[in-house]
Amino acid sequence: MSRPEDTLPPDLFYNDSESRKYTTSSRIQHIQSQMTHRALSLLSLRSPSLILDIGCGSGLSGEILSTFSPETNPGGPHTWIGLDISSSMLAVALEKEVEGDLFLADAGQGVPFRPGTFDAAISISAVQWLCNAESTEESPAGRLSRFFNGLYASLRRGGRAVCQFYPKNDEQKKMVSSAAVRAGFGAGLLEDDPGTKSAKTYLVLTVGGGELDGDITGVVRGMEGVDVMDSRRRTKGRKRGEEAKGSKGWIMRKKEQMERKGKVVKTNSKYTGRKRRIAF
Amino acid sequence: MKLLTLNFLTCARKACKATNAAFPLHPKDAELEIVEVELSPLFVRNILPRVEWEALRTLCQDLGLPQLPATAPEPGELFTPNPSDGVEGEGIEEVGEEGEPTQTLKDLHHVLLETTIREGKLVCGSCGHEYAVKEGIANFLLPSHLV
Repeated sequence: MSRPEDTLPPDLFYNDSESRKYTTSSRIQHIQSQMTHRALSLLSLRSPSLILDIGCGSGLSGEILSTFSPETNPGGPHTWIGLDISSSMLAVALEKEVEGDLFLADAGQGVPFRPGTFDAAISISAVQWLCNAESTEESPAGRLSRFFNGLYASLRRGGRAVCQFYPKNDEQKKMVSSAAVRAGFGAGLLEDDPGTKSAKTYLVLTVGGGELDGDITGVVRGMEGVDVMDSRRRTKGRKRGEEAKGSKGWIMRKKEQMERKGKVVKTNSKYTGRKRRIAF
Repeated sequence: MKLLTLNFLTCARKACKATNAAFPLHPKDAELEIVEVELSPLFVRNILPRVEWEALRTLCQDLGLPQLPATAPEPGELFTPNPSDGVEGEGIEEVGEEGEPTQTLKDLHHVLLETTIREGKLVCGSCGHEYAVKEGIANFLLPSHLV
């Protein structure tokens, strides 16, 4: 499948005809609504909330957010605010009279809301556009970091964000998730139907919230015999605790290091690294 | 654009974000419109603690809307007390266990969610950049020298 990201920047690619095509295609509508429902279930909102929709386009997912249904949107109806870079897409949304507030904005320039505004954020098929930079003044990494930093700040503590995106390759997947982690999020990648043509990648992000214990998607909650691999901070902390400065292990390591460098080092004996006890 | 949204907006410039004057944005030549929205009492209760009351008050003053009280209403003022959940219902907040929404809540809903800015400009208090609002959509795209 061709990738539109490689042809044109999003504000030019989604022109009037392309926006209309995107919005009226029943296939895209179906996929989009499926992904929105999945993202909503990952957010697991229990009461009507304020949601940010990044790359809201013509408001296909917004329509789902602002309707209440006991099975798929139990917390609804939510109020949402949408950002999109394509004015043609927003024009279609305006025609449809969606309920959310719309903004013409570039997510790669940050999120212009004050800290702690949103309960949750959702982004369907948009983040991959941030991996392209259109001018020499900006870089994909810089755009991603501005976006995730802004998003992190604008979510309230304990808030969640779910970003569905189409990574070009594993490298891009890693670039996006590491940018999110660097902004402070707890991040997890969830893949539906991996390996097939219809594989969907969801980046699930959390702000604070210690009770999750690494299981941020909540998919394996309550399952027995499942360990969550969370290698974020723990290894770093343990390494530091294992070998305190001045301990025997530390001295031995330093001596070895110095020896390798060719410095003159006293030979090791049973007294090396021992404490000098008081004689009396 | 709803007044609620305006209460959360700051200037998009990186240099402004750190300053206090970047919030709130000041409307200029604003043309208001009332759009009816279905009342969602739980949402209003949920969002009220996050609203900057002082900013909302000055905003209403600037726009020539009826004067708001000096302090934000307490959560208890939003619902009429329900006799059925008196003592035992206090600890756990169950959704849907509240009484009827009061007039205060309805007024809040009207100001925050139904009053919208249709046309006009939003001016940053720090850098003076003007963000245009057209047909309710604000343009927050920054030219590259301002990013």
